[in-house]
Amino acid sequence: MSEPLLRVRDLQVEFRLSGGTLRAVDSASFEVGRGETLGLVGESGSGKTVALRAVVGLLPRTARITAGTVEIDGTDVTAAGEDRRRALRGTTVAMIFQEPMTALNPVMRVGDQIAEEPMVRLGQTRRNARTTALELMRLVGIPDPRRRADAYPHELSGGLRQRVMIAIALSGNPKLLLCDEPTTALDVTIQDQILKLLQRLQHELGLALVFVSHDLAVIAQTCQRLAVMYAGQVVETGAVADVFREPRHPYTLGLLRSVPDFDVVRAQLAAIGGAPPDLAAPPHGCRFHPRCPFVQNDCLDGGIPLFDVGPGRAARCLHHDEAAADARREPVIANA
Amino acid sequence: MAVAAEAVADAQVFEHRRGFARRWYRTPSFVGGVSILGLIVLAALAAPLITNHGPTSQDLLHTLQGPSSSHWLGTDDLGRDVWSRLVYGARTDLKVAFLAVLFPFAIGTLLGLVSGYYGGWIDAAVNWLVNVVVAFPFYVLIIALVFALGSGTRNIYIAITIVGWVSYTRIIRGEVLVAKRRDYVLAAKSGGLSDARILFRHLLPNVVTQAIVFACSDIVLDILAIVTLGYLGLGVQPPTPDWGRMIADGQTYLTTHWELSTVPGIAVVFTALGLSLLADGLADLLRPE
Amino acid sequence: MPESLLELDGLHVHYELRGNLGRRVRRQEAEVLRAVDGVDLRIAKGETLGLVGESGCGKSTLGRAIVGLCDPTAGSVRYLGETLTARRERARRRRIQMVFQDPYSSLNPRMSVRQTLAELLRAHRMVPKQAVEARCRELLELVGLGPRALDAHPRQFSGGQRQRIAIARALALEPELLIADEPVSALDVSVQATVLNLLEDLREKLGLTMLLIAHNMAVVRHVADRVAVMYLGRIVEEAPTDELFTNPRHPYTQGLLRAVPRLVPGRVSETAGVVGDPPSPIHLPTGCRFHPRCPIAQEPLCSTEDPALAKGPIAGHSAACHFAWTERPAAHVPEVIEETS
Repeated sequence: MSEPLLRVRDLQVEFRLSGGTLRAVDSASFEVGRGETLGLVGESGSGKTVALRAVVGLLPRTARITAGTVEIDGTDVTAAGEDRRRALRGTTVAMIFQEPMTALNPVMRVGDQIAEEPMVRLGQTRRNARTTALELMRLVGIPDPRRRADAYPHELSGGLRQRVMIAIALSGNPKLLLCDEPTTALDVTIQDQILKLLQRLQHELGLALVFVSHDLAVIAQTCQRLAVMYAGQVVETGAVADVFREPRHPYTLGLLRSVPDFDVVRAQLAAIGGAPPDLAAPPHGCRFHPRCPFVQNDCLDGGIPLFDVGPGRAARCLHHDEAAADARREPVIANA
Repeated sequence: MAVAAEAVADAQVFEHRRGFARRWYRTPSFVGGVSILGLIVLAALAAPLITNHGPTSQDLLHTLQGPSSSHWLGTDDLGRDVWSRLVYGARTDLKVAFLAVLFPFAIGTLLGLVSGYYGGWIDAAVNWLVNVVVAFPFYVLIIALVFALGSGTRNIYIAITIVGWVSYTRIIRGEVLVAKRRDYVLAAKSGGLSDARILFRHLLPNVVTQAIVFACSDIVLDILAIVTLGYLGLGVQPPTPDWGRMIADGQTYLTTHWELSTVPGIAVVFTALGLSLLADGLADLLRPE
Repeated sequence: MPESLLELDGLHVHYELRGNLGRRVRRQEAEVLRAVDGVDLRIAKGETLGLVGESGCGKSTLGRAIVGLCDPTAGSVRYLGETLTARRERARRRRIQMVFQDPYSSLNPRMSVRQTLAELLRAHRMVPKQAVEARCRELLELVGLGPRALDAHPRQFSGGQRQRIAIARALALEPELLIADEPVSALDVSVQATVLNLLEDLREKLGLTMLLIAHNMAVVRHVADRVAVMYLGRIVEEAPTDELFTNPRHPYTQGLLRAVPRLVPGRVSETAGVVGDPPSPIHLPTGCRFHPRCPIAQEPLCSTEDPALAKGPIAGHSAACHFAWTERPAAHVPEVIEETS
């Protein structure tokens, strides 16, 4: 069993606010092996974006990693200095973002932006870097690369901008690609194109992928494994097919039931009552218990650890059988 | 049934951002501004209580005296108590400046609302007017107008209004152009609410904050204008005490009794500082979320 | 044939773009953005019509033209036979109300919930003055919020709650037609279900007719009786919901449905549902608007003749494609990919 490319253990991230500190991520653990794809699923406030940014060291100044470790390709980046982290960024691990318009430099031609990393970090000459950039543009499916390389970001459509961003991310030959909701702001057909592009790239280049999204269907299409986050904690992990067929955490179950599925038309969508907790004052015991249909007395004492519930599966629930039984009774997916 | 369940679970309306009332004491610029200004305003209001001489009573036997127990800041060339003139001068200048800001604020805001909301020829006409006024430097125009109209407080108001409405119109118009596309304005329109209602109930409260912040710094400009006019003999007329007048009167004695001009000058600077800090603080606090 | 509540006939909404100096100097015509470019639509009383399409297709503009927030450039909006423009009287405005997409900008941040609701009730004299407060409570109860919400301001609510308040506001005037413009797109997944369920409940309870504008096909499948697909300002296909999803006839609809990600995990086909980027609504393709991206486009027919929305053999199902009801030509690489590689 080879060393995982990314190993996050008990990660804790806190924000310093005017009123006190807010723990946005509380003991999150997940792993990604070489060439594997992991989905990080959660709604707003779940901490998934913060966790992702913590991995690559792109937290805002008010936030700090207060506990846990992040290992990328064997290096402990939480203990290492900023220089080490910067060396890894772009070369070993790269990131693509949700809003290409803000992630791209508006006053630099896109060809130059793609060529920047090869020129500066990999030491290529200007001409070689330019060739590399054109190749990358072809790789990501940008039509007519020679002409498009001279365009500015605002002259391109949303889909093309996203492809440019992917090209930039790939320009340093990374092994791990972190994707922060890269298709959320895109139209369905463009999202489809980008997801299929990522799939193809992942195959051809052997990339490992961490894909953050709130869209379960997108995760289903893109990832082999997933980690579900709620209120700053990882509450369930496992292979996507297994988790969808037999979710072991009531939140995962509720989420699966509340999503309007294309193929299964349910009479009424089962919503999860209540609202996500205020992270400044999370509930005692299990954070999901106020909204949980299977809640029992012991759910209120103390923190709930992640239990092993099968090979490669874990769930942060004392009564994880309940969720699984409910899913068996009334399957969530048509033919998982 | 799902709805009912949510009603129960959702019964709590959570309070998640504190409003103005709870944040003001944590904003240093606001606190600073209010403190300085508060001090000056308090002094101005309590003028009779903190002075033991009238601002206009002359004492020709004791002219140009230095600070003493009877005259805390000494006397000027006509034997008038400098401290008293300073404090009563604050009354005059602050009052005039405040009133002088009110008219441009009101007129400018109204024009900005209307031109931003309706566009078309109203907007074109207002913009043209704005460009005409803006072509002239602020102080030059005011001084020229007061010179033409004659000195006195009433003409100060007129001059400042004629020149000053422009900034408010521009600010408000800009805000309205953005705000009128917000969904809640569209909802009000599709709900059949009258234009007047939309302008004053939906747009005005949401666009006026920038104008209020600007008004605070505008008062500073107005105070400077009034003081300048006073210095030039065009503004507030004697015997009413006025900082500008004081600076002008003390000019002749700059080498011997420099405090006669400098003290009112420092007072102007302090007031301006207080107002600027207040403007800063308000800008921070008045943002709706 | 159920009575039509709403009829759109040849509706066009065009925006003239302010010509830049270059164009003015060259005395060229200003460019026109054809947001809605010839739409015929009928909505029957009591039905929910889903209107889907991607950005730039004109669905939001269509919604606004119906609710009276913008004027048609040509064609008409008729409600129960009466033509409506953007300048409609208060009494007419009551009949059609809208729920907007962004819960964070659809409520006036400086007004309490009570003020927002009461303002409308009073302006239209929906209930006598003494009954306004009670009616506000009723409206909130309808959407599942307690009376304590009346005194609160929008910033104190979550996205889902704000959307419910927006729905309450839309219902305050007791409309017959409710236009929901992407009502759940800006909400979290689990909250979407709440709001969708609410809309369903209300539709039944109040006998509302609804136009649901959405880009999420799964949502539309759950809620709508009929679906119309828009592309570049026109309706390209229209059918009862199940029929559309099981038997789409227009290549765009087919591609769109293929592009929707499914919850069934595992590898799906490597090719994208629809290739290329949507063209700009300012420079429309000749002939059929979809032909550059169409896998079955045939020269010279598809680049010269614009197909009209034609009824097929199946009841209520029409599509705007030369080959919608005939034998499909073989698939090939669409023009948009060919010309640029």
